[in-house]
Amino acid sequence: MSEKILMCGNEAMAEAAIRAGMDAYFGYPITPQNEVTAYMARRMPEEGRVFVQSESEIAAINMVFGASAVGARTMTSSSSPGISLMQEGISYLAGARLPAVVVNIMRGGPGLGNIAPSQSDYFQATRGGGHGDYRTIVLAPASVQELVEMMYLAFDLADLYRVTVVILGDGFLGQMMEPVDLDKRPAPRDLPVKDWALTGADGRKQNIVRSLWLQDGVLEEINLELQATYRQIEANEVLCEHYGTEDADFVLVSYGIMSRIVRSAVRKARCEGIKAGWIRPITLWPFPYEQINAVADEPRIFLTVEMSYGQMLDDVKLAVAGKCPVLFYGRAGGAVPTVEEVLGQIKKLAVPVA
Amino acid sequence: MQTIFERTPTLKDCPTHYCPGCGHGIAHRLISEVIDELDITSRTIGIAPVGCAVLAYNYLDVDMIEVAHGRAPAVATGMKRVHPDKIIFSYQGDGDLASIGAGEILHAVHRAEHITVIFINNAVYGMTGGQMAPTTVEKQITQTTPRGRDHNNEGFPLQVSEILAVMPGTIYVERCSVSNPGQVRHTKKSIKHAFELQMKNAPGLSLVEILSPCPTYWRMSPSQAMEWIEEVMVKSFPLCCLKDLSQS
Amino acid sequence: MIETSLYEQVIIAGFGGQGVILAGKLLAQMAMTAGHEVTYMPSYGAEVRGGTANSMVVIADEPIAAPLVTIPDVAIILNAASFHKFTPHLKTGGLLILNSSMVQETVERDDIEVVAVPVDDIANNLDSPRSANMAAIGAYLQKHGLMNPDLAAQCLPDVLAQRYHKTIPVNTQAIQKGAEYVREHYS
Repeated sequence: MSEKILMCGNEAMAEAAIRAGMDAYFGYPITPQNEVTAYMARRMPEEGRVFVQSESEIAAINMVFGASAVGARTMTSSSSPGISLMQEGISYLAGARLPAVVVNIMRGGPGLGNIAPSQSDYFQATRGGGHGDYRTIVLAPASVQELVEMMYLAFDLADLYRVTVVILGDGFLGQMMEPVDLDKRPAPRDLPVKDWALTGADGRKQNIVRSLWLQDGVLEEINLELQATYRQIEANEVLCEHYGTEDADFVLVSYGIMSRIVRSAVRKARCEGIKAGWIRPITLWPFPYEQINAVADEPRIFLTVEMSYGQMLDDVKLAVAGKCPVLFYGRAGGAVPTVEEVLGQIKKLAVPVA
Repeated sequence: MQTIFERTPTLKDCPTHYCPGCGHGIAHRLISEVIDELDITSRTIGIAPVGCAVLAYNYLDVDMIEVAHGRAPAVATGMKRVHPDKIIFSYQGDGDLASIGAGEILHAVHRAEHITVIFINNAVYGMTGGQMAPTTVEKQITQTTPRGRDHNNEGFPLQVSEILAVMPGTIYVERCSVSNPGQVRHTKKSIKHAFELQMKNAPGLSLVEILSPCPTYWRMSPSQAMEWIEEVMVKSFPLCCLKDLSQS
Repeated sequence: MIETSLYEQVIIAGFGGQGVILAGKLLAQMAMTAGHEVTYMPSYGAEVRGGTANSMVVIADEPIAAPLVTIPDVAIILNAASFHKFTPHLKTGGLLILNSSMVQETVERDDIEVVAVPVDDIANNLDSPRSANMAAIGAYLQKHGLMNPDLAAQCLPDVLAQRYHKTIPVNTQAIQKGAEYVREHYS
């Protein structure tokens, strides 16, 4: 039996990454994830591994690009404005088929916004974010414990599919402390050998890592290979959980920290005799379209709740495919929907028809 | 029949896409010869820039990576920190290194990364059709300075090597050219010296700037281009060893 | 709404340097040790530099919805600015632990319980001015009875950086003195 310790999300995630075998970390300070950089600066040299404070987020993601190309397990972390700067590099990682882990501890936007927790980067994370036809796997933890467990999963998925895995947290998850068991981890995956890595052409042919393909038809081939990988990910890696959807009249959909608030609101609604349930996508890409679609087979009202002004809402609508109404409640820019507010929204829907 | 000259193995046996009279071919050959003479093919990793030399991996037979515009020094940092035993070099043009990647090269030097940078300065953007580079000289006509570069509007040529040489993070900075056989031989020596310093794990970044002809966008014949380097370009970019701490 | 199980939301507030972050961590560590669900959330970044600091602790026997505390059950208030900021939001029937050494304001709400403890004076009497936060925690624990002040002393080494471990004895004393003050004046 391992013991629980009290840790903030940023530090717990950093320690989990180290335990997951991360060889190199590169990062640039930005609130609210500075504890990650500080933790890595202290711990990585202790482990004989690489830590570099980069001159910018652009440099950080390119250092990740280099470290990944030579076969290392590597990651960077930042918060919304810094993640915007990294989009160029993430697109190149996708093009060059290099594995990487990127943590976004989201804060309020647009622009410099503020440093309060937010969920306003959903579109950016789930639609690729940079230029070109690509996707990143997006994991959305709801607790410090999940943040830890998802670090292990993220590195495995990145290596398995040779893609970038984004951990989409928020200021709450980064800053809050919760009891955590660092040894609890998902079963490791069988991972392919990185025979593409640049390690010096010693007794083998030259390896080239590239994303430029000028000859006729080649880039289409490359894109089709990428798409095949994405279909595989969609088929195998969707994670989602739900409660009370068998008999619910109202189904609330939310992710990350918001899903905990929704869970409490639904529990209270049930106490008051309202048949409410919830669905929580754990992977935001691949999105649980089928799972939500199945719940929409019965006539129900869907309510998407986010710390944004309606981003995952689009995916929920795509999933429900017009079979049921999909409503929205959200606040952002530092505001957080409370349990009472969400409960109020449910009650408003539950007014009996005369 | 006796063979008196042959292609060095690291330079692949294929035609390049470079224009007639372009300096990249010479620079590629010099780098290949140095890698072979130092016997480091099996542990060298090269970084191709965005620019005319983006396809350098088609000509240099070592492990290579192609990176985003200007970011080579950051990518090199990631590689070298993970594999300190490998020889990491970036090959960057003036747009790549002096313009969009000015921050990355400055900070790789700031961190004193143990890498080697080959900086090809041809005073113009070649790949995109001959626009002004930070290193375009005064009065030089380019697609985006049709009346000639005027310092009142476009400022002065950027002397990156001079800037980097004063920083403690560089161990060796030299500006050479490929404008005549003597200079070509000297350039090769400089490249070799830069690689050797990295092999010795010398504490800092080594950089060789090469003034290189672009007859196409200078609107000159290849021989005129070589003359232009020696008569015009060197006035803004004097050939000299700007720094060599390995002697001290 | 019927709240059957434990769900206590605590805000500890003061200005930077008064130790509200450490006090919150201590409460959270205690709650975890005692087997409760717990979240701890500090104020961070610009807000800290703005002068006021706070930490939020939720202690429960059910999964915690969010670490954000908007309507606290308990407010431990160490300076006047925090008094004005948080007292109006305290839940009806809530508990206000007030640093009476520093906050002279009159409490105008009559629907809350007020426990005024001169925590700075207690700490100064121990020649350890920075232990005022611990005296406040002692007062809260004594008044509320959810967790034992002795547990606080036991948890201190877990939340204090190694270089501050020499302060454990005096901080333990401050916790006890805070508790003692409440026993003498509010029981």
